[in-house]
Amino acid sequence: MLYREAGQFKTSYAADQQLFPIRQDRIGVILLLVVAFLVVPGVASEYWFSAILIPFLIFSLAALGLNILTGYAGQLSLGSAAFMAVGAYAAYNFQLRIDGIPILISFAFAGLTAAGVGILFGLPSLWIKGFYLAVATLAAQFFIVWCLTKFPWFSNHSSSGVISAQKIVILGHEFASPREKYLLVLTLVAVMALAAKNMVRSSTGRAWMAVRDMDVAAEVIGIRLMPTKLLAFAVSSFYCGVAGALYAFCYLGSVEPDGFSLDMSFRILFMIIIGGVGSILGSFLGAAFILLLPIFLDIALPSVAGLLGLPFSNATVSHIQILVFGTLIMFFLIVEPHGLARLWQIGKEKLRLWPFPH
Amino acid sequence: MFEYRKSALTAAISIALLAQAALAAEEQFFPITSYRVGPYGANGQSFFGGFVDYLNYVNIKEGGVNGVKLVWEECETEYNNAKGIECYERMKDKAKVSTGPIHPMSTGISYALIDKTAADKIPMAMVGYGRTDAVDGSVFPYAFPLVTTYQMQASAIVKFIKEKEKGSLDGKKIVFLYHDSAYGKEPIVALQEEAKLNKFELTLIPVAHPGNEQSAQWLQIRQANPDYVIFWGWGVMNQTAIKAAQKVGFARDKMIGSWWAGSEEDTVPAGDAAKGYMAATWNVAGTDVPLIADIKKVVYGAGKGNLQDQAKIGTILYNRGVSAAVLSVEALRGAQEKYGKGKPVNGEQVRWAMENLNITDARLKEIGATDLLPPIKTSCADHEGSGMVKIQQWDGAKWVPVSGWIEGNKGLIHPLFKASAQQYAKEKGITPKDCAKES
Repeated sequence: MLYREAGQFKTSYAADQQLFPIRQDRIGVILLLVVAFLVVPGVASEYWFSAILIPFLIFSLAALGLNILTGYAGQLSLGSAAFMAVGAYAAYNFQLRIDGIPILISFAFAGLTAAGVGILFGLPSLWIKGFYLAVATLAAQFFIVWCLTKFPWFSNHSSSGVISAQKIVILGHEFASPREKYLLVLTLVAVMALAAKNMVRSSTGRAWMAVRDMDVAAEVIGIRLMPTKLLAFAVSSFYCGVAGALYAFCYLGSVEPDGFSLDMSFRILFMIIIGGVGSILGSFLGAAFILLLPIFLDIALPSVAGLLGLPFSNATVSHIQILVFGTLIMFFLIVEPHGLARLWQIGKEKLRLWPFPH
Repeated sequence: MFEYRKSALTAAISIALLAQAALAAEEQFFPITSYRVGPYGANGQSFFGGFVDYLNYVNIKEGGVNGVKLVWEECETEYNNAKGIECYERMKDKAKVSTGPIHPMSTGISYALIDKTAADKIPMAMVGYGRTDAVDGSVFPYAFPLVTTYQMQASAIVKFIKEKEKGSLDGKKIVFLYHDSAYGKEPIVALQEEAKLNKFELTLIPVAHPGNEQSAQWLQIRQANPDYVIFWGWGVMNQTAIKAAQKVGFARDKMIGSWWAGSEEDTVPAGDAAKGYMAATWNVAGTDVPLIADIKKVVYGAGKGNLQDQAKIGTILYNRGVSAAVLSVEALRGAQEKYGKGKPVNGEQVRWAMENLNITDARLKEIGATDLLPPIKTSCADHEGSGMVKIQQWDGAKWVPVSGWIEGNKGLIHPLFKASAQQYAKEKGITPKDCAKES
């Protein structure tokens, strides 16, 4: 009932080709954007901005990048964090070495640099597939981190290899407070997410999906494998690169190569597995699950323990948090192997029939 | 009657609120970003155990600092930068009212907090780690790499070796074996300067994280046949290096580690191989320091001890935690001295006190911390305040100091900090304040 599209007639090609063909979705997305842009900045505290919303958006973007590569084009990658590192260091160096370059151009260049590196490490995908490709992208993870540590030029000869992000100034306005940084990140993430949504239903996206489902068949129907796969690597790394630049400039403020570890790549991979492989929405849901649930447990557990009168120390709470988190991951994977996005889809179908399920 | 009751009620409520406010006002809050689980959990337990024990000790023994009770909140970071930021943001609002210095005990977290703490006016202490060029307080007003830094430590180790070699290092060979990360690379600049000055030959050999395989590096060391190995290890890398040194037959008493490579956690697992191994430290181990013994008696006697495993009392890291807490509490005393005794102080006031710390030998004796840590005197231009370390040697069962307090070559090292801080200020567009105008 709530989600019934009966009565929504498409009378023009433009109407038929909309990004969100169902009216309820359109209203939902617009409402979400209105809330994110207008309501949240008014009510959220500094803690919410810097510790929850900004990292959530940045990791959503990185997960989105990986989802394009793994979920849509079917190329398993373990190098997402390394591409983020390329983005972060590239943005820093563009700001440092080119006088007066606008920060947004730096971010774009950072994305392009990451895309270039991504293409380079995507080359093996032309010959190898699946887990073997994952191992090849692992090389990117180790090589890039090693490279950034080894050559002091990348960190402007900082004795420790740590870079400290410059100020963010756009059109003479400095984005210093967490609220302003949140709005900047939100704008970029919203634009890039909508672009991704549009891209995956275009001929490019369809070619990716054809390659994912069966590359021999895709080749037979006339899709050229090399450009398609490399484009997927390039676009995916672009997204990761921008996410990395935002991670350095809007979230941490200073980063070191070791911070972009394999551990982080795995976290991004878990985000898309939990959220939903091959789903834009899934990237956001997965990032929320992986990032926010531990924080929620961390805050909620001590008060629960207090209510029950259990003498929990800080360390115990941390151990329990890891336990609960791990259990929940297994629970969701068993109940819904296609991820949280699939749950939402099922919910939508139920809502369509509600309240008359038969 | 009704009116009267209502006003009585209001009065009662407001009195209760006032009482509560008054109660709250008598407390000094410590935000503690600790780690007791995760890869370095064992280290964190000792350090933060010592830190909390000393705060408890001050509360029990003196009823707080001039009557202001110390309270704290712990947030688990697992040595993870993102978690550290989350914890900081969570406790920030409370810390804006009254705060002791934050001790992140993690170089990564301290780097991530440098800008934030400066913006929020909450002082951060990085005792023996963190951003070392924050020694220049004109660029980093809220960051304090107290006691000593990696560079000064490296310089002090060179001085120690030089003394052992009867005053000259001319033509000697020294290998610097280091953890290939921000932490391991920081002293390189200082060592290169020292090599130029003292004319010794310096060979740099990196070890990739985590460093549990070092046969290639030690083969290289055997070929180079150096007179000394200066060793900047971390975690599992330390015991591996000590064992590898034994395997290739390199004398352990020619091997000097940094203070992260000189705790019981590093030497005990290495067993026999560790005998004779030396390491720098800015605090001594042992329970025979009067303060440590008294903490054991007073805090653990009252059943308020933080450690579950009391064997950790008196270890290097436990004593380091106590020393860090001593520095923090002394800063609070200084701030109360200037801004009003018996009142809680805020971040700005604590910052002033940390910049004007003067913990003399006499004061250390009063606390019972003689020789636990070196005397410290800070200023706007010198947020380090001491630059002294001791060299200690593992005798097979415990750490024994084998030197007095050795000061690194300040004249050589501090200009490096200054240059680095100026570069940072330029990159970030910070105008350094004028230290000459500070009172």
